[in-house]
Amino acid sequence: MIDKFKSRKRTEKIFRAACFGLTFFSVLILVVLLFHITMTGHKYLSWEFLTNWPSRFPHKAGIKAGIWGTIWLISITACISIPIGVLSALFLEEYKIRGKLGKVIEINVANLAGVPSIVYGLLGLTIFVRYCGFDRSLLSGAMTLSLLIMPVIIVSSREAIKAVPDAIRFGAYALGASKYQVVFGHVLPIALPGILTGVILALSRAIGETAPLIIIGALTYISYTPESVMDEFTVLPLQIYNWASRPNEEFHYLAAGGIIVLLAVMMSMNFIAVMIRQRASKKVKL
Amino acid sequence: MNQETVMTCRNVNIFYGEKQAVFDVNLDILKNKVTAIIGPSGCGKSTLLRSLNRMNDFVPSFSMNGEINFDGRDVLKSDPMEVRTRIGMVFQKPNPFPKSIYNNIIWGPKIHGHKVNYDELVESSLRSAALWDEVKDRLHDSALDLSGGQQQRLCIARTVAMKPEVILMDEPCSALDPRSTIRIEDLINDLREEYSIAIVTHNMQQAARVSDYTAFFYEGELIEYGVTDGIFTNPKEKRTEDYITGRFG
Ligand SMILES: Nc1ncnc2c1ncn2[C@@H]1O[C@H](COP(=O)(O)OP(=O)(O)OP(=O)(O)O)[C@@H](O)[C@H]1O
Ligand SMILES: [Mg+2]
Repeated sequence: MIDKFKSRKRTEKIFRAACFGLTFFSVLILVVLLFHITMTGHKYLSWEFLTNWPSRFPHKAGIKAGIWGTIWLISITACISIPIGVLSALFLEEYKIRGKLGKVIEINVANLAGVPSIVYGLLGLTIFVRYCGFDRSLLSGAMTLSLLIMPVIIVSSREAIKAVPDAIRFGAYALGASKYQVVFGHVLPIALPGILTGVILALSRAIGETAPLIIIGALTYISYTPESVMDEFTVLPLQIYNWASRPNEEFHYLAAGGIIVLLAVMMSMNFIAVMIRQRASKKVKL
Repeated sequence: MNQETVMTCRNVNIFYGEKQAVFDVNLDILKNKVTAIIGPSGCGKSTLLRSLNRMNDFVPSFSMNGEINFDGRDVLKSDPMEVRTRIGMVFQKPNPFPKSIYNNIIWGPKIHGHKVNYDELVESSLRSAALWDEVKDRLHDSALDLSGGQQQRLCIARTVAMKPEVILMDEPCSALDPRSTIRIEDLINDLREEYSIAIVTHNMQQAARVSDYTAFFYEGELIEYGVTDGIFTNPKEKRTEDYITGRFG
């Protein structure tokens, strides 16, 4: 008996050590990476770097266009993809479509989440850029990225909605509530923190996307900030990609600088999102 | 039994898919009385109860025939939302909304646009659920911070706030400790002044303590129905006697 406990304790210890080791390893990789990027990129990090337009001369080049393009693009993408994605999830989950059609939709949405982003780029090029005639505008880019991340938003929102206990729904129905009142009065608020998590993940994926934007023809040399959704644009990752692929070593330092900024933007986005989440979860603690 | 009835079931048959769960039940719920529904597990008590306020509509395989008369109309042919507004329900497990105590109570009246003073409504509802004194200083705290027994009384208060005519309770005490159970039983005793109550319970003493009438179900059939005292002291059916004396169930 006692032996058994001893060996169990030992297994427990080994398991814990293994978990700790692996966690430490992945954190270590991250730290090394960050360190390396900072070492290469810090040289160009300055206020001018943020406020200068791109340039042929490394010391004059900046990422102003990329920053503004990214902000515009992600804002528009969020405005398109969040309402459509969340409402689709609500529809699929609460107004259950039974039978074959429901299954087909379900499987398709799940599969769409795994389609390579370049495929969405081609789709965006064909539909938005050419067919709709939006050209290489922010709108085309945002719609393409929306296509890309909507399945992710739908899948994660559905999970969050599924996690809302039925007992809550029945409690509300038993008070004579309509489906709409149940969904918007209870299900959505309770699922909101979970939905937000999915949305954050999806948007931070969109922020880092390069391939589909190259396909739809976003430019890398832009020396103005967008003023409308029909303007041409560039984004941070494109700018980074462009610099990193140049032979001149100096541009690689610029690219590293851009990566630091991109990381900072993503981290602050995540931070804001976590704040929203915490506030939301305080309100509808379950 | 020349009492006023609020609900009348006539030849009610209930099915889940092919399987019949309730057979040809005729049952009256009497006004300002507590009707206990007892019987062994799986005999269709919850099924019947949920049909009274159309909560079975959410079960895809559910179907039924017969007539459930409520206020001169067939529940089956009425608008389910209206039915549920007038026939409240308390569930087996307390299911407060993850909102404040205050908002739990006003949510129902609010969505129906009842023009009332919410503060007064909250107080009167909590008072009639014997919860007011315990929570009056923390009305805006989360309902989830309450104990299980308090949560169940909050659910009763939430139901009462709708001013329904009938309150259905499906084993409302089965998740509670003895003290909370006693409190809820006392509460039911008081509620009968204003409401008509149907309560499903597995607890024989509880049925005997709180109810005026008792209906005994067995395998989906209503075996015996009558004044609680009569059923418990002098059951006419052998199966009823066996069940209430604990010989099976
Ligand atoms: N949603 C459902 N789908 C299919 N069959 C069901 C469903 N709910 C209940 N049943 C079946 O109907 C019969 C009656 O069930 P019901 O829940 O009404 O019993 P009960 O008397 O309330 O039992 P308990 O005392 O255990 O709560 C059972 O045979 C059960 O398996
Ligand atoms: Mg039951």
